[in-house]
Amino acid sequence: MSLVTVVAGSRAHRALRWGTIAAGTAVALAVPFNSSPSLNGDLTLVLCYAVAAAGLGMLVGYAGQVSLGHGAFFAVGAYTAAALLAKTDLHWLLALPAAAAVTFALGLAFGIPALRLRGIYLALVTLALAVAAGPVLKRAEPVTGGVSGLSVPQPPVPGWLAVDADQWLYLLSLAVTGVMLLIAVNLTRGSLGRSLLAIRDGERAARTAGIDVARVKTLLFATAGAYAGVGGALFAFALGFVAPESFTLLLSFTLLSAVVVGGLGTVAGAVLGALFVVFVPQYAGEVDQALTGIIYGGALIAVVYLLPGGAAGLLRRLRRRLIDVVEPTPQRGDNDAVPTSDTAPVGGQPAAGGVRP
Amino acid sequence: MERFLQVVVDGIADGSVYAALALALVLIFRSTGVVNFAQGEMAMFATFVAWALADSGVPLVLALLGALAFAFAAGMLVERVLIRPVEGGNPLNLVIVTLGLFIVVNAAAGWIWGFTLKDFPQIFPGGVAEVGGVSLSVESLGIIGVLLAVVLVLWALFTHTGIGLAMRAAAQSPASARLVGVPVGRMLMLGWGLAALLGALAGVLVAPRLFLDTNLMAGVLVYSFAGAALGGFDSPLGAVIGSWIIGITEGLAGTYVDAIGSDLKVLVPLTIIVGVLLLRPSGLFGSPEVTRA
Repeated sequence: MSLVTVVAGSRAHRALRWGTIAAGTAVALAVPFNSSPSLNGDLTLVLCYAVAAAGLGMLVGYAGQVSLGHGAFFAVGAYTAAALLAKTDLHWLLALPAAAAVTFALGLAFGIPALRLRGIYLALVTLALAVAAGPVLKRAEPVTGGVSGLSVPQPPVPGWLAVDADQWLYLLSLAVTGVMLLIAVNLTRGSLGRSLLAIRDGERAARTAGIDVARVKTLLFATAGAYAGVGGALFAFALGFVAPESFTLLLSFTLLSAVVVGGLGTVAGAVLGALFVVFVPQYAGEVDQALTGIIYGGALIAVVYLLPGGAAGLLRRLRRRLIDVVEPTPQRGDNDAVPTSDTAPVGGQPAAGGVRP
Repeated sequence: MERFLQVVVDGIADGSVYAALALALVLIFRSTGVVNFAQGEMAMFATFVAWALADSGVPLVLALLGALAFAFAAGMLVERVLIRPVEGGNPLNLVIVTLGLFIVVNAAAGWIWGFTLKDFPQIFPGGVAEVGGVSLSVESLGIIGVLLAVVLVLWALFTHTGIGLAMRAAAQSPASARLVGVPVGRMLMLGWGLAALLGALAGVLVAPRLFLDTNLMAGVLVYSFAGAALGGFDSPLGAVIGSWIIGITEGLAGTYVDAIGSDLKVLVPLTIIVGVLLLRPSGLFGSPEVTRA
């Protein structure tokens, strides 16, 4: 039984929701000024991974498709930004949409053949992509700097802002992450999101309703690729350096672990998962190099058996213990569309076909 | 011309290694309808077992047999403990479990045996054999011979024994098989054990050609996937022929196309997978029930 019960859409409910968002934003903004530069660096990495995980989470959570090559998209985004900044005079802000556009196109190129078909083909194609990414990056030396990598000029701290470089990189990543997460929420609530939900709940029924399943899935995959691309671009900003060894198959698995452990297809899940994959290796690495992998893999399996919904799902259940959100009961005269005559049954339930407010 | 034949035979030998792992993937796909992403890592672990046994003084033949037996038992255990509880549910769960297993097994091998490269003992004598005036590597011929023997044994098992018939029944129609008294669960376990054994075989065959480390099979897995996709995911014959085609193509591309060389050979399976999906999704020998989404 919950401590508090609020009605969905009521003033209290809205106040709680916006209060949570405001508190979260305040904490996120305050953190860099109360921590060490190295912790700020780690938190910036969390934001990079959170963007990539948000995209991958939509793909896995809504389309039920697994990409094992999201590390490759992350790499392409990082290298796109790095090459543009290192070799042209482009403003760093424009490197972000450039990275998104290149990875979106890459997603279309591989999504179109793989997602025409049902089943595990996307996983196969993306696994091959992840394995091929390293050698290709090493070979494309004129653009990527080959094995030795590329130095990236980091976005300079603007003159009007009195913060240190590490704080600036964090705040910059926070702003970009915030925008990307907001877009993700809107995407999943908009027409694309409704199509995705329809597909998830029943592909055949969705097709009957006129939804082009393959097209929607491919668009979603490309969008997820673009999210990884933006995450990768932020990663290049944050480190100031890109090299092929940062983008191995392990990165793809890391992103997938983040998504599954954090919770599929939710914004909170992406952030929680990113925290998990940034901080677990730091503590596990002190014990043994291999412990990280055992924890990632073990967590993947454990979530499937014990914690469907991941960490975000767990939080949601804990919150429900405290605060219960109930659907509003419509009352007489609540809605002009429902005639408030004697046809409305006693008890406030809407008549058959009645409009729920 | 001699060079060309050597490349082709070496390609078939590489393809035979991919084929052993591809057969394992197809075996499990046919019975469980799932692609076991951990197949390669399980094989890598078994290869380490063989190496550790041989390293501690066990004769090589016994070490290899010990590793195969280990793989068989471990494969059955994995099915019973990890896969059974999520079987028949959301396929995404199965995919995530096998991926988790991939990561855990890889890390566990690193934990136990470290991340340094190991020299795996040669199974076949080195040197070359003259076949029709062409010198071919004995190792390549040996690998091809082993694979052909395996294919023969599998064919005999599935078509000429009661247990093979029961396994096919359990894979094709579990409900009906159960009604006529086939212990379906035990057959699935057996299938996973057999698949793990095939994978381990691929591992010990490829390890002497490369160095043994925890990344031994990740590359091989991609080639095997390409072979299985090319052959048709539900066709064992297709898996073998598809893998051979992959091996030959890879060898020829690496030798004769300068722009590819040895480092970009990994683009071959990627290109072939995408090409198959575009042109013939059911593969060369697969049943065309794969439907458009």
